[in-house]
Amino acid sequence: MLENKEIILSAKGLTKEFGFGGTRTLAVDHVDIELYKGEVVSIVGESGSGKTTLAKMLLGLINVSEGEIYFQGKLRDIRTNKKKQEYWKNIQAIFQDPFSSYNIFHKIDAVLLDCIRMRGGGGLPREKKVELMTEACKFVNLKYEELTNKYPFELSGGQMQRLMIARIFLLKPKILFADEPTSMIDACSRATILDMLMQLRIDIGMTVIFITHDIGLAYYVSDKVFIMEHGKFVESGSADAVILTPREPYTQRLISDVPKIYEEWDLSTVECST
Amino acid sequence: MANVMLEVKELTTKYVTRYNEDIYAVDHVSLKVEEGKTLGIAGESGCGKSTLALSLMGYYFAPLHYTSGEIIIDGKNISGIDPDVVRKSILGTEISYIPQAAMNALNPTRKIINFIEDVYEAHDEYKTKKEIYELACECCSILGLPEAVLQKYPVELSGGMKQRTVIAVSVILFPKILIADEPTSALDVTSQKMVIKMLKDLMKDSFIKSMIFITHELPLLYNVTDDIMVMYAGQIVEKATAKEAVFDPLHPYSRGLMGSIIVPEQGLRDVKLAAIPGVPPNLKNPPAGCRFAPRCKYTRNECVATVNLRNLEGGRAYRCVLSEKELRNYYLKEAEQNARK
Repeated sequence: MLENKEIILSAKGLTKEFGFGGTRTLAVDHVDIELYKGEVVSIVGESGSGKTTLAKMLLGLINVSEGEIYFQGKLRDIRTNKKKQEYWKNIQAIFQDPFSSYNIFHKIDAVLLDCIRMRGGGGLPREKKVELMTEACKFVNLKYEELTNKYPFELSGGQMQRLMIARIFLLKPKILFADEPTSMIDACSRATILDMLMQLRIDIGMTVIFITHDIGLAYYVSDKVFIMEHGKFVESGSADAVILTPREPYTQRLISDVPKIYEEWDLSTVECST
Repeated sequence: MANVMLEVKELTTKYVTRYNEDIYAVDHVSLKVEEGKTLGIAGESGCGKSTLALSLMGYYFAPLHYTSGEIIIDGKNISGIDPDVVRKSILGTEISYIPQAAMNALNPTRKIINFIEDVYEAHDEYKTKKEIYELACECCSILGLPEAVLQKYPVELSGGMKQRTVIAVSVILFPKILIADEPTSALDVTSQKMVIKMLKDLMKDSFIKSMIFITHELPLLYNVTDDIMVMYAGQIVEKATAKEAVFDPLHPYSRGLMGSIIVPEQGLRDVKLAAIPGVPPNLKNPPAGCRFAPRCKYTRNECVATVNLRNLEGGRAYRCVLSEKELRNYYLKEAEQNARK
């Protein structure tokens, strides 16, 4: 899609091992990944394939067992809290469950003010901050005046997820991880939220990584798709190539399981695993 | 003509809040399900799909109240019967239900066979344990569950297996109609496909005679059902066959819903998603006249008057002041504009 491609985040031999001794599980198994500036990537896989663990390592939320992560060409260094804060200015995430993504004791106002502070706007006059927050809320079709004094649990799931996007609007990160951003909301709100995210991506030129098991969504939004099984990428490439002409049997099975509207959905191939 | 398994005439039910406000979550709904057919119900969150399911079962426990209308299951009128009687004599045998969070519906301290024995006990059907066990085995074989499952506890099963177990429990008394309320929303695509196949097999092997399938996943609905009913704010806004509803929706709301379909198929990447702006109305005081008018692109002055369902040929119906011709003209014009862009 974009011409002069610049690698923004990359990882070599990334591995995560849970447990120890005889009960070791390899959640992510020597994964190499390169993310370019401005592209939209999807990581698709079934539950338990290690997609979220991979994202958490790239985000710096959990330790890496083995392997290296490079951010903007340099080895990532997040050994102190201060450096971590600096890293998170550039890399942000939206999680699956909007209800557990907020501090329940903080009002919406505080959530948004925090974002302004993170961008170094802590010293701005109050009016300027309100203006910024109103702009962010307007972008996601929420009314700032109605929200200021509310707590997160007073909002609906769709509203909360939109507020998450308002946060991203204020933070303007370089990379955004969206971990199943639409799996808890209905199909109609899903379209609204995807549209907003895609608009925002164009506006601030960020890289977006979708982590999902919804193949339709991955096909609709992404330039590139990675299929993940048992902690490894089994297939990767452009969205059209992977989804329309899958080569690996795992990918083929995954795609044949999605209900379609133009092709026949073959129910006879179901195996009754027990 | 096939036997009508379920007929509902102008059913209205309401929730009563703490402050004695009435909320009509199901408003004059009529529907008909014939033997061997599957009816799909589509709509956004909060449009009354699940309340309709509860109302159809006669499951009127506060704050849900029956107001008016008739529910006839296989010739038997069950409207207005005491819910405790309904639970004993109608649930399970006449009409059965798979709840939304079926995975959490099983008591973790009891074995699967106990749930099935419970069902017989509650319905005063005297059978020996051996007979029950044999019936349960037959049901399990259709659902692709091994017999060993019957002696296990719910925690020992995977999500897909729990879901199928709940289905087994709900069809063990051969209900005439099965209501499946988002049975696959918590499952991944592979388990989802398995559950759908099982439901279809149950119908083929006449464990159940007909089905109502509730979901907001339209591609799924299209593949499972024969007819689709679109609900908005407690009312039916469109009734059509599955094919018509997905490829040729008439009501502006159904059209908006169909615009949000995402499937991994050729060419669909370039189609822009058409989200419906705004949110569903608060049913405490719904808008007068057409309830969709505040979010509709084609609003007119006449929209404030009460709008009735317009019946078309072939059992199709939609609720809008505009005629079929006018609506189609609008859609044609829009398609032309999009093509020009």
